[in-house]
Amino acid sequence: MSDRKYTKDHEWIEVSGGEATIGISDYAQDQLGDVVYVDLPDVGQQVEKGAEAAVIESVKAASEVYAPASGEVTARNDALDDNPALVNESAESDGWFYRMKLSNMSDLDGLMDAEAYAAFVEALD
Amino acid sequence: MRYLPQTPDDRAAMLSAIGVGSIDELFRDVPAAVLNAPIDSLPDHQGEMAVERHFQGFARENLSPASAPCFIGAGAYHHHVPATVDHLIQRSEFLTSYTPYQPEISQGTLQYLFEFQTQVALLTGMDVANASMYDGATATSEAVLMAHRITKRKKSIISGRLHPHYRETTETLLRFTPYDLEVRDPVIGGQGGLADAIDKDTACVVVQNPDVFGEFKDLTDLAEACHAQGALLVVAVTEVVSLGLVTPPGAMGADIVTAEGQSLGVPLSFGGPHVGLFACRQKYVRQMPGRLAGETLDADGKRGYVLTLNAREQHIRREKATSNICTNAGLCALAFCIHVTLLGEAGMTGLAEVNHRTASLLAERLTALPDVKLLTEHFFNEFALDIGRPAAPVVEALAALGILGGVPASRLFPGEPSLENVLILAATETVSEADIDRLVGALQEISA
Amino acid sequence: MNIERTTISGARGLDRDEPLSFEQDAPGRTGVDLPAAPDAPDRLGSLRRQGGIGLPGLAEPQVVRHFVRLSRMNYAIDYGLYPLGSCTMKHNPRLNERLARLPGIGDVHPMQPTSTTQGVLRLMSELAHWLTELTGMATVAMTPGAGAQGEMCGMMAIRAAHEARGEPRKRVLVPESAHGTNPATAAICGYEVDSIPATADGRVDMAAFEAKLGPDVAGLMLTNPNTCGLFERDIIRIAELIHGVGGYFYCDGANFNAIVGKVRPGDLGIDAMHINLHKTFSTPHGGGGPGSGPVVFSEALAPYAPLPKVVQRDGRYELVEQEDGPRVGRMKGFHGQFGMFVRALAYMQSHGRDGLKQVAEDAVLNANYVMEKLKDLLPPAYPGPCMHEVLVSDRGLDGTGVETMDLAKALIDEGYHPMTVYFPLIVHGAMLIEPTETETRETLDSFIGVMRGLVEQARAGEETAYFKAAPVMTPRRRLDETLAARKPVLRWVPEAPVAEAAE
Repeated sequence: MSDRKYTKDHEWIEVSGGEATIGISDYAQDQLGDVVYVDLPDVGQQVEKGAEAAVIESVKAASEVYAPASGEVTARNDALDDNPALVNESAESDGWFYRMKLSNMSDLDGLMDAEAYAAFVEALD
Repeated sequence: MRYLPQTPDDRAAMLSAIGVGSIDELFRDVPAAVLNAPIDSLPDHQGEMAVERHFQGFARENLSPASAPCFIGAGAYHHHVPATVDHLIQRSEFLTSYTPYQPEISQGTLQYLFEFQTQVALLTGMDVANASMYDGATATSEAVLMAHRITKRKKSIISGRLHPHYRETTETLLRFTPYDLEVRDPVIGGQGGLADAIDKDTACVVVQNPDVFGEFKDLTDLAEACHAQGALLVVAVTEVVSLGLVTPPGAMGADIVTAEGQSLGVPLSFGGPHVGLFACRQKYVRQMPGRLAGETLDADGKRGYVLTLNAREQHIRREKATSNICTNAGLCALAFCIHVTLLGEAGMTGLAEVNHRTASLLAERLTALPDVKLLTEHFFNEFALDIGRPAAPVVEALAALGILGGVPASRLFPGEPSLENVLILAATETVSEADIDRLVGALQEISA
Repeated sequence: MNIERTTISGARGLDRDEPLSFEQDAPGRTGVDLPAAPDAPDRLGSLRRQGGIGLPGLAEPQVVRHFVRLSRMNYAIDYGLYPLGSCTMKHNPRLNERLARLPGIGDVHPMQPTSTTQGVLRLMSELAHWLTELTGMATVAMTPGAGAQGEMCGMMAIRAAHEARGEPRKRVLVPESAHGTNPATAAICGYEVDSIPATADGRVDMAAFEAKLGPDVAGLMLTNPNTCGLFERDIIRIAELIHGVGGYFYCDGANFNAIVGKVRPGDLGIDAMHINLHKTFSTPHGGGGPGSGPVVFSEALAPYAPLPKVVQRDGRYELVEQEDGPRVGRMKGFHGQFGMFVRALAYMQSHGRDGLKQVAEDAVLNANYVMEKLKDLLPPAYPGPCMHEVLVSDRGLDGTGVETMDLAKALIDEGYHPMTVYFPLIVHGAMLIEPTETETRETLDSFIGVMRGLVEQARAGEETAYFKAAPVMTPRRRLDETLAARKPVLRWVPEAPVAEAAE
């Protein structure tokens, strides 16, 4: 978990073997409440850092999930189609959103590590 | 005044409770210069009898299809509405309730919407349907927008034989979007090269079936041509009774089906309110516009219904909503639902059969007249004739004889000289053989 | 004596469940008797439906009971106070229903030759006259199907006007308290939405508004009275400022009922405004529609109003369906929600100009009375006076553990439809209460008594478990919306697949 990074928009990104996995933080799922649907990007789609990559819906809200880095989507978590509750149960592991090949490793510069993110969240409450 | 219960004493006591001396103190945020501007041109209040008399005056100046043989279709159809339908929709609990935002005290509305959605899905042959739209034309325009959202493509192709009101409504909705419409010419008959026009930029093809001239077609090949290019097929149905008898669009490969539901339970009412039907494949449900009722459980584990997939809608998504629409056609959807429930399987197919055979008889009788040619090979309850002379004056002459004798194609397609002699006629179950005799006789009289 | 009884049938007296129509199928039953089909050839070719449709068979008495039983699970304005803010649930006169059904009105076909429809065209023309006179505007487009479509029509006219001048603009200013249809509408018209914050007294922040003005601003969408139930005091200045940068002023007329007969929007500098006939002019809400949203336009935007329109020539009424020019295109099929025009005009003629003014005054009086009588327990979100509705936050429930939603649900058990909750979004735990002018003082007093009682119970803290579970006396308890949205079941399907003929 040591190289997992977080954004101020509450996404996490973890790079392993040239591929990055993206999801939303446990704090974010708690704020959203019961997740009912996640609209994920398609495999092969190009996503751009800071642009909308996914949409997450709860009963009363819909939130855009922004790409923490630019790249090409290599996998999406199909399990969320049938079981969006995974995001609530396991936001930072089984509830991952998509994987991608990063265009530019330096996109990750300036993101928070777990400790910094915990402090960031602490300050929000 | 009969609708306003507060008495002068009530008003005085309430003003005093609030602590102001006059009603206009409560309007003190209104700039004084614009408050209480006199409106001299309007009359004062009137009793029920006076208002009713006034409206009977309006009614007398129209030729009612109840008292004249009516052969007009073109997107709205004169059908019999069972007494039960109109009685039930006037139940206070249906007529005077709001959108079912509090499901615990709105199960009546929510359950009929769920039944309505099921009926629409079955009739169109599709997986799911929404809780209705304003009308068939707006439903079709929303379908095109939805196809662009799904495919993320730029262009849609509109058949020239789509009802011009549907086409124009779609052009309006898309006018300020980045999407383009390619509109084909209104040629009676053939496919008009629709399939050849589909390419990788095509989001959808929109056709009406039966089309605005009444022609009913097998769309299976067109659906395949769409799907081969990754485009969607949108099928609009203006006469929903046809779905009792014909192969539904869903069985021909349509991806989105829109329809005008007026024919079942909803009065003509000079064109509105009617009820738009909207159905699609299950995989597109989250891109569907409009309200949806869904089944769920309550805190005691009992089955109940709620409005669902709300995150698509404007009150949550705001500028990113699937549509800006807020209402559905609730009460008209109820009328549709009650009528379809009364009909049931046997009634629905029976009603469609009567419509079809009546129109077939009408076509047979009219084509026996000299110079009259049938332009529509396969039809349900509406067809186009070439009557060998301009149709518009003939329709006027028939009206003068107390007959509502169809719609001249020139009213729908002004500026299309090739359609000047084309008359579009419909016959529903309300048309009797005597009505047909009158029309045939009148046409002979006019030609003489 | 306190006797609990579980009935054998599951019913509770007049309260009973009703299965779906699809679960009452008996093949062979029908609720209609049809004429015999004439003897004429089949013209469908090979395109007949294969296999059945799947509709259930019920006889007429069953159908009547089915829908009557469903109806009894609904709350209605005919049953009691329905103080749903911003929705205007007022009495729906039955005269209007009768008139809409007159032969020669309810059954006229929209494509009849106009020689046979002079009466309905005259009716539309008369309604148009009332609408333009009451609003002080130049013209009205009758066709939009409901308020949201009216908004779209108005905003499209604004965009068409800018384009006709060869200067398409990008931005539309919308207060953050706006109804969700406003930003959705601006987006469909291709505009970027720029939010204007509210002041501490619930109105447009003039400094922020002025700072956002510029040559790329196409217009402003503002509800007046606004969604907080307040009249925008600076509205004339707002209109001058937006016109000063070449923009147009769209007013969301959802709350016109508060000022009808008292204030003409045309006098405020508004360029376009839709009127929800189902709110201000009491056409029935019908469980969520049909609505009707005619749009009035100023002289500046009149050339862009959509067709069709009714005109008078040589004493005859004509319907203009086509015309070259810069107009916004057709909004829907045919000529608008005519059945709603009939009801609205009947409502207007019944009230007259004197009665309509009284409508606005009583609506405002009733709302202020409720505000006054609740304010010590539920303080208004913004200082008054309010217009036709009062907005309170959930401050009065602070620390009780009872939330706005719980209070609303408890009101249901008390026999009332709740007020609008959680709208507008800018007020925490918002409750928007709109009593309307058709309620008696006695009804308002009863409602006030119940609201006060519930807030006091919430504060006492002894009934919190009840509030969280409420309602408990309704046909259904709280429904699981998460379940409904996660696994959408949007139609009935037979339990076992029925054998169908192969296609």
